[in-house]
Amino acid sequence: MKLIFERSTPGHCSDYLPKSDVEKAPRPEKFLRKAKWMLPEVAEVEAARHYKELADQTFGVVSGFYPLGSCTMKYNPRLNERVASFPGFTNIHPLQPKDTVKGCQAVIDLADEMLCAVTGMDKITIQPAAGAHGEFLGLLLMKAYFDHHGQTQRTKMLVPDAAHGTNPASAVMVGFDVVNIPSNANGCVDVEALKNALGDDTAGLMLTNPNTLGLFDPQILEITSLVHEAGGLCYYDGANLNAIMGQVRPGDMGFDVIHLNLHKTFSTPHGGGGPGSGAVGCKDILKPYLPSSFLGKDERPEHSVGQVRSFYGNFGVVVRALTYMLTLGAEGMREASQTAVLNANYLMHLLKDVFPVAYDHICMHEFVLTLADIKKETGISALDVAKGLLDFGMHPPTMYFPLIVPEALMLEPTETESRQSLIDAAEKYKLVKEKIYSAPDELRNAPLTTYIGRPDEVKAARNPILRYEE
Amino acid sequence: MAGYIPSTSDERQLMLEELGMKDYKDLYVDVPASVLLDELPGVAKGISEMEAETAMRAMAEMNVLYPTVLRGAGIYDHYIPSIVDTVAGKEEFVTAYTPYQAEISQGVLQSIFEYQTMICELTGMDASNASVYDGASAAAEGSMMCLKRNRNVVYVADNANPETIETIKTYAYGRDVKVEMLSSKKGVIDVNVLEDALCDEAACLFVQQPNFYGLIEDIEAIADKVHNKGAKLIVGCYPTALGMLESPGALGADIATGDGQPLGIPMGYGGPTVGFMATKKAMVRQLPGRIVGQTTDSRGGRAFVLTLQAREQHIRREKASSNICSNQALCALRAGVYMAVMGKKGLSEAAELSYDKAHYLAKRLCEIPGIKMVYDGPYFNEFMTTLPVDAAQIEKALHKVGILSGLPVDGGMLWCVTEKATKEALDLTVQTVRGAVSK
Amino acid sequence: MSRKYCKTHEWVQKEGNLYVVGITDYAQEELGDIVFMNLPNVGDEVIADEPFADVESVKAVSDILSPYTGRIAEVNEDLLDRPELINEDPYKAWIVKLEDVSDSAELMGEAEYLAFIEQEG
Repeated sequence: MKLIFERSTPGHCSDYLPKSDVEKAPRPEKFLRKAKWMLPEVAEVEAARHYKELADQTFGVVSGFYPLGSCTMKYNPRLNERVASFPGFTNIHPLQPKDTVKGCQAVIDLADEMLCAVTGMDKITIQPAAGAHGEFLGLLLMKAYFDHHGQTQRTKMLVPDAAHGTNPASAVMVGFDVVNIPSNANGCVDVEALKNALGDDTAGLMLTNPNTLGLFDPQILEITSLVHEAGGLCYYDGANLNAIMGQVRPGDMGFDVIHLNLHKTFSTPHGGGGPGSGAVGCKDILKPYLPSSFLGKDERPEHSVGQVRSFYGNFGVVVRALTYMLTLGAEGMREASQTAVLNANYLMHLLKDVFPVAYDHICMHEFVLTLADIKKETGISALDVAKGLLDFGMHPPTMYFPLIVPEALMLEPTETESRQSLIDAAEKYKLVKEKIYSAPDELRNAPLTTYIGRPDEVKAARNPILRYEE
Repeated sequence: MAGYIPSTSDERQLMLEELGMKDYKDLYVDVPASVLLDELPGVAKGISEMEAETAMRAMAEMNVLYPTVLRGAGIYDHYIPSIVDTVAGKEEFVTAYTPYQAEISQGVLQSIFEYQTMICELTGMDASNASVYDGASAAAEGSMMCLKRNRNVVYVADNANPETIETIKTYAYGRDVKVEMLSSKKGVIDVNVLEDALCDEAACLFVQQPNFYGLIEDIEAIADKVHNKGAKLIVGCYPTALGMLESPGALGADIATGDGQPLGIPMGYGGPTVGFMATKKAMVRQLPGRIVGQTTDSRGGRAFVLTLQAREQHIRREKASSNICSNQALCALRAGVYMAVMGKKGLSEAAELSYDKAHYLAKRLCEIPGIKMVYDGPYFNEFMTTLPVDAAQIEKALHKVGILSGLPVDGGMLWCVTEKATKEALDLTVQTVRGAVSK
Repeated sequence: MSRKYCKTHEWVQKEGNLYVVGITDYAQEELGDIVFMNLPNVGDEVIADEPFADVESVKAVSDILSPYTGRIAEVNEDLLDRPELINEDPYKAWIVKLEDVSDSAELMGEAEYLAFIEQEG
């Protein structure tokens, strides 16, 4: 596909703005643009065709089955898009007088109320723009809490080795030292190891439940209890909330602060990598540290940590999430999570004789396959199998995560797949499995039928070309 | 209610049976009974799509829409060509995930590569990332990029947007980083005292261009002084202004950041927007966030792929310098389409119209007794005036005629004009303010 | 002193007053194609068994631990432009040279090291 610059022709353009109706003011000559620069020169029809071509080479949830473990690629309702584009939501300046934005405030307040009910928290802030951003804020709240209470010796953040990489990275950004907690043979937190790591230098534990293996840790109440006894706080990574939405509240499990991924659990679209929303919820004890907008003149919490981005957060994303929550309601949310878990177990059941499951146990909304033995036996890796799936028109599952399972493939079908869709998918996995023994070279060179073959990632990293040059 | 679940309850019951289960509860056996809910209190019953649309529309209609917006301070009311909406509304772009599987994501990857290139051209830099959350967090991430073992003091111009200043301070909290304010004089950075103001441990200086008061800073002179101290210069820029003003890269800045909202993203009550970050070649490997690179595929053709991933949190974990793992892709796509269809011609037009209309309004407002410009220097499209009456009175008077006034600030009002304001609207503004002042 | 090896797959070889450090063939094999090296500066102090540099492949980052406590005397700047030199000849593509060394990490001879990696694999 040509780059837009390669489609440019000098002089091609469109007429979007009117001529000036005021006099030309004197220019600040010293500061004007003089150095040569370029942007594309295309007529609108040329741009329209260009972006159509790009869209045709993009696989979305709308294109097919997208079982990316830990991403919750559920269907993105069209209604949410319609509502989010109401001018009454899009054409509002964040610094309008408060009595002219009662609608925005109503959205934020209702989302706060509903998300608190779902999570068992006392207050929600929508300021963080993504899950990792929410983690950063959540940990800042914890840090501020301990600083304020004179417990600055609490510098250690406990993180399970199965955790997503953002967990330890966020902890370090906030100045904590990361202590890794190993998993036990069942894939859950090793409680003995946890006990040994706890002390009065413990700031807290970061956990997701169900965990990144898709397993619900049955010892969760004991775990959070132990952390509280040691004087620490418990952080819930909400990435896997889709398994328990409306069935279990993180607040009841003993968590003090959480982040949500509205773009996972609450159906807002992933957009090719954003925008999402990492709303953070907390119990009363952490409310005094919540962020606010300086110019927005919200009532600033007494010991606010400041702010992690400008203004209030990804409001447009919250509008979509709220629309979804209103549509589903309490029983809809419960049905969604139950079906997400049912679909995952069903798919696991269909695949258990095809590829080995990492943990032979009831899973929650996702499960992990391990191709370690297959790799040893045949040399075909999880990567090869994933690329092989592309030739069957399917988006592969998450590869090589979590790190504690070798040659991992993690599948999360979500509730918006039908029974037939899962059966069809399993059939394709069977066909790929057969290829391992009948046509392994095809897998090593897969994908063969997609727009491009495997990209040379080594070359890309050794000699980075990060922009177009004429 | 609509759960968007395709399978019927019968189909689901069949699936349960195939799993040897009777009831949904069987799926949640690992959950302690004391926390497993039988119902979800505090959330109303679900409603149909039609009812949900009505409910949300009612909330939207509670907001006031201003036909003319004369307020900026970080979010700007610029004209968005309709094709930006069309492209950003394409289902494939909307519903795709991060392009980790390059073979079926060339569309997204190429659009990001194009965006990265355009940001480089706009800012005069060598490399851009795929975007970060917003301009304020971009400024914070940019500051953190400059930290070294013996350089851990971040200087921030006190005339930058307070939202940005607060964000940088929040990002610094908890790290072994000091944030110092650099005083401005007569609204701009005082270049004469700049070098002495920076200590030997200075990692960087963050300056906004144009600054919060709309004034144009002398980036070239500032860069010179900052480099003399061995520190880096980060310039947070208003992208529309770069349609007219020289790029930070050409003037010696090391890092350019900013909020891309003026590039085809609606005001949206402040979010989502998009933060851009671009830098010179020397600092490419310190750039946080996602980056798309060009390579070849197994068939020898051109291919785009996420690259330099070893910087990122999912690999480095606690050794990562930032935890960021998303870009605001769909917003960056809007910015890319805007820059592509507007081109240099369109961006320059938007800049010049904003500039001329702002200067027109300023001139006419200052004809009103009691209203004067607070600062003298050259400005782009925002400017501050004194007010002889309470700012609230001006705000109210203009509200009545469908105009959102400038932002009330200490000492007066911060006005902003973009290409969307017609001469009629500006004349009505002046007439209304004159009336409100004389009361 | 003949070449010695660490459990963490670094090698070290005395060269006059300096100790030359690199990573072993086993290490480069495990890492795969190396795309970038994060090298220390001349004059940096290092501590035995603690990381002083890291090596990036496409999908991983690995710390390189120092076999001795001491100071960096020289850094192989060629590796900045051509990190693949380590994949090509890991015993020729040295990473740093140390001076003023004192404590050492646990060091093995060649035979011992080969036996050790037999066990690991």
